[in-house]
Amino acid sequence: MADLSINFAGIKAPNPFWLASAPPTNSGYQVMKAFDAGWGGAVWKTLGVPVVNVSSRYAATNYGGKRMAGLNNIELITDRPLADNLREIEEVKKRFPDHAVIASLMVETREQWHQIVRDAENAGADGLELNFGCPHGMCERGMGSAVGQEPNVLKTIVGWVMEVAKTPVIVKLTPNITDITVPAIAAQEGGADAISMINTIQSLIGVDLDNLVPYPYVDGKSTNGGYCGPAVKPIALNMVKNCAQIPDYKLPISGIGGIENWKDAAEHILLGAQSVQVCTAVMHYGFGIIRDLKSGLSRYMDEKGFATIDDMVGKALPNTKTWENLNLKYKVVAAIDEDKCIGCQLCYTACEDGAHQAIGLSGEGEDRIPHIIEDNCVGCNLCSLVCPVEECITMERRDDGKEHTTWKERSANNNIPTTFNDELAGGRGHWIPKPEEALKKGHYDKFK
Amino acid sequence: MSEYGKPTTEKEFDANFEQIKPLMNSTEAYYESSRCLYCFDAPCVTACPTGIDIPQFIRQINTQNISGAAKTIYDSNYFGNACGKVCPTEVLCEGACVYNHQDVKPIEIGRLQNFATDAVIERKEHLYQLAPDTGKKIAVIGAGPAGIACACELRLLGHAVEIFEAKAKPSGLTVYGVAPYKILNEEVLKEMNYLQEQFGYTVHYNKPITGKEDLSKLEQDFDAVFIGIGLGETRSIRIDGENLKNCVGATEFIEELKMEHLKTPVGKRVIVIGGGNTAMDAASEAARMGAEHVILAYRRAKREMGAYEFEYDLAKAVGVKGVFNAQPLEILGDHEVVGVKFIRTKVENGKVVSIPDTEFTEACDMVVRATGQAKQETFLAQIDGLELDWGKIKVNAHFQTTNPKYFAGGDAVNGGAEVVNAAAHGKVAAKGIHAYLKN
Ligand SMILES: Cc1cc2nc3c(=O)[nH]c(=O)nc-3n(C[C@H](O)[C@H](O)[C@H](O)COP(=O)(O)OP(=O)(O)OC[C@H]3O[C@@H](n4cnc5c(N)ncnc54)[C@H](O)[C@@H]3O)c2cc1C
Ligand SMILES: Cc1cc2nc3c(=O)[nH]c(=O)nc-3n(C[C@H](O)[C@H](O)[C@H](O)COP(=O)(O)O)c2cc1C
Ligand code: SF4
Ligand code: SF4
Ligand code: SF4
Repeated sequence: MADLSINFAGIKAPNPFWLASAPPTNSGYQVMKAFDAGWGGAVWKTLGVPVVNVSSRYAATNYGGKRMAGLNNIELITDRPLADNLREIEEVKKRFPDHAVIASLMVETREQWHQIVRDAENAGADGLELNFGCPHGMCERGMGSAVGQEPNVLKTIVGWVMEVAKTPVIVKLTPNITDITVPAIAAQEGGADAISMINTIQSLIGVDLDNLVPYPYVDGKSTNGGYCGPAVKPIALNMVKNCAQIPDYKLPISGIGGIENWKDAAEHILLGAQSVQVCTAVMHYGFGIIRDLKSGLSRYMDEKGFATIDDMVGKALPNTKTWENLNLKYKVVAAIDEDKCIGCQLCYTACEDGAHQAIGLSGEGEDRIPHIIEDNCVGCNLCSLVCPVEECITMERRDDGKEHTTWKERSANNNIPTTFNDELAGGRGHWIPKPEEALKKGHYDKFK
Repeated sequence: MSEYGKPTTEKEFDANFEQIKPLMNSTEAYYESSRCLYCFDAPCVTACPTGIDIPQFIRQINTQNISGAAKTIYDSNYFGNACGKVCPTEVLCEGACVYNHQDVKPIEIGRLQNFATDAVIERKEHLYQLAPDTGKKIAVIGAGPAGIACACELRLLGHAVEIFEAKAKPSGLTVYGVAPYKILNEEVLKEMNYLQEQFGYTVHYNKPITGKEDLSKLEQDFDAVFIGIGLGETRSIRIDGENLKNCVGATEFIEELKMEHLKTPVGKRVIVIGGGNTAMDAASEAARMGAEHVILAYRRAKREMGAYEFEYDLAKAVGVKGVFNAQPLEILGDHEVVGVKFIRTKVENGKVVSIPDTEFTEACDMVVRATGQAKQETFLAQIDGLELDWGKIKVNAHFQTTNPKYFAGGDAVNGGAEVVNAAAHGKVAAKGIHAYLKN
């Protein structure tokens, strides 16, 4: 059995699954329940200056049958008294000495930072997370993402914290920025021990079409909020990867964003995260999902022969390159397994209207099985992505695997294309039906 | 006329007994598992007699952790694969699924369960590590669901187990009784092999434990004994003509059908007497074997039948005709069955009474008595100090009998329920035995 325990920048935990700073860590009651269920750590709901919250606060993107594919919130940091939170942190640590409790903090002045760092550490927190990410409300008051978006301010504040902090300091970054590596480097320069990402992404879920008020509704008005949940995972993964690939970067990364099942967690880890944090999935399904997270990850690690989390961290990074380093000689084309095909023709219409007219229909009688027109297929994957049947459309390799040329190499050799006649440019060998074919009878007649 | 021709080949037999819960493919399993809401304190779990963590295993299927899903299932129920197909899910987990309240089709929990367990059985993937040998030996009487489940759990806990089974195959009524359209014998036996290979208990087939002598030997040689003998033969209905040719007991008829398939003789006009699930099965089975007319005769009103509604629906769907408030008076014929004489009944003060002058006769060439299985009281009477309650073995919460060395579970304890109940008993009893042996 794989060993799930971790040592994250000096913070030890029985497993890499931590609750992100958010409503699931509002109180000692919740955190203890979570630890009892099997979570390895918890980043306490951000402590800081007094705030007031609005009601209502959340809105969600439902996609097809799936509710809460994305969640948006306009909630601020904790609105519970600091003293209560500190007392509960102390109590949790007493009962769960081996679990990680990290205090998330957000205040304004140097004095306030000093004070709250001391308070949190005195309460027994194993580490601190500086919330430079909240993208609504707090940033209007010059905190949260307002800090995360200003590398110099961020560095200064990290410096203030480091003046007094005795436990590891994690800087939580906002994704609402062009280049996440800039604040990541600023955090390192400021002396932080680790970074975590992502906080929520600025968003507006939608508009109520009856009363013309966006969601969530607060007495006839609304505001933009922060987006999270399964929908944001790809953005989070990319940012984790970007930071993990900063040359000579030293700080460990805690991956956050869109983690709902063990596979999501594994992906974060393979791209460089040394611990992972979860918010929306717990808000949706409760602490019980830890069963799947742990069972799935440890089974995967056993299968792959990863004995520890450290063995696994960043293992996908060597396979993650910039575009200019990809092999231009690699060529795949789509292939349809006729036995599996159910004849929905989604691949046909996707390629015909949305890509490269590389799929044909026989047009004969009952035969609904499309075929690939290989000359036109650029190997984009689209058909295989829309096909509802598992492994019905596969991408088959056509180059012999012997040649390897990248854009970088071509540039270095002064061999960048100057005409569209290059073998990989769109113009060569690509057949496009005649213009009149576009208007020929038949395409959509049935519905006219 | 029945819609089924008499099967003349195994292929035709399989077609007549087409599986009502066929194995899912991975696409279907993925879509179906995506629908599960992952309810908190899920009612489906509460409704499962073995308490399988259903939302968990469904999520594991959805995240392609199929072995994990199978383990979640087997952690609670050693008959995980069979139960997925044979459980009356309509009245258990699926009947409790919250989607029913929304008038949406409940999650197909049984088929998902079958899907996940099938994968590990096919791969022969072992999911458990057995505890080190304890040096204790337990005898299990009967290789039915109760006995096998008990044996698996005991082996997991490190005890040696020998099972004594009267018949030639394991799984009890799962292979000898459950309707062929619910599960194939091969499927049942494959799971049995899988379990035996993984847990390593010994089974002595064709070794009934019969008298005092056998029992004393078991008591001598073993540290504890588990009784999982189920029920006995079909009870008599005590009317004339019961011994005529072509008048058969339901369990006996079904056992022959399960083992002999095509070779089982079935009449053209069949009358099944009874109103329980076994009666429904026997009637369906007769129809699927090509009987032209199948009558299900029950002495009370339709709504009073013990059978589940879906079981009656299954029988009706294959052309079985229900005749209610009809009490059999005599099975007619000289040598062979030619008909059954009935009298109409009504219920007065909760009792069935016959209505005078309402006798009528239904012609037939076969009668199936589905009037319940007898208890094995004669055998059980030979165990010292073993108390029975209307023929059912009395047990405490740990399934220990009134003779402390003996534990018991399954039909012999509950008087006849489902495979899943027997599997649940066996597992709990094993824990009871474990605790007993530690003291
Ligand atoms: C016709 C029919 C259809 C059914 N259909 C379903 C269904 O669809 N779904 C469902 O869940 N349940 C069904 N059941 C019920 C289910 O099969 C039983 O509840 C379950 O098998 C009980 O398990 P058990 O281990 O208690 O007993 P059994 O399955 O009866 O097993 C007892 C075993 O002990 C052996 N044995 C008995 N006496 C001795 C002895 N003295 N020495 C050695 N061995 C002995 C027997 O040969 C047998 O193998 C059905 C039952 C019948 C009769
Ligand atoms: C309602 C809500 C409140 C949140 N509050 C905080 C907070 O107080 N401090 C913080 O650092 N992040 C906060 N977050 C952001 C989460 O910690 C997390 O970074 C984000 O939700 C992405 O993870 P997820 O996709 O698992 O939800 C909040 C998120 C939500 C949905
Ligand atoms: S989730 Fe709880 S707090 Fe939120 S609106 Fe519903 S009942 Fe109220
Ligand atoms: S999308 Fe897939 S199933 Fe549908 S027609 Fe194309 S190949 Fe066949
Ligand atoms: S009740 Fe239905 S939806 Fe809810 S967990 Fe069980 S199977 Fe899933």
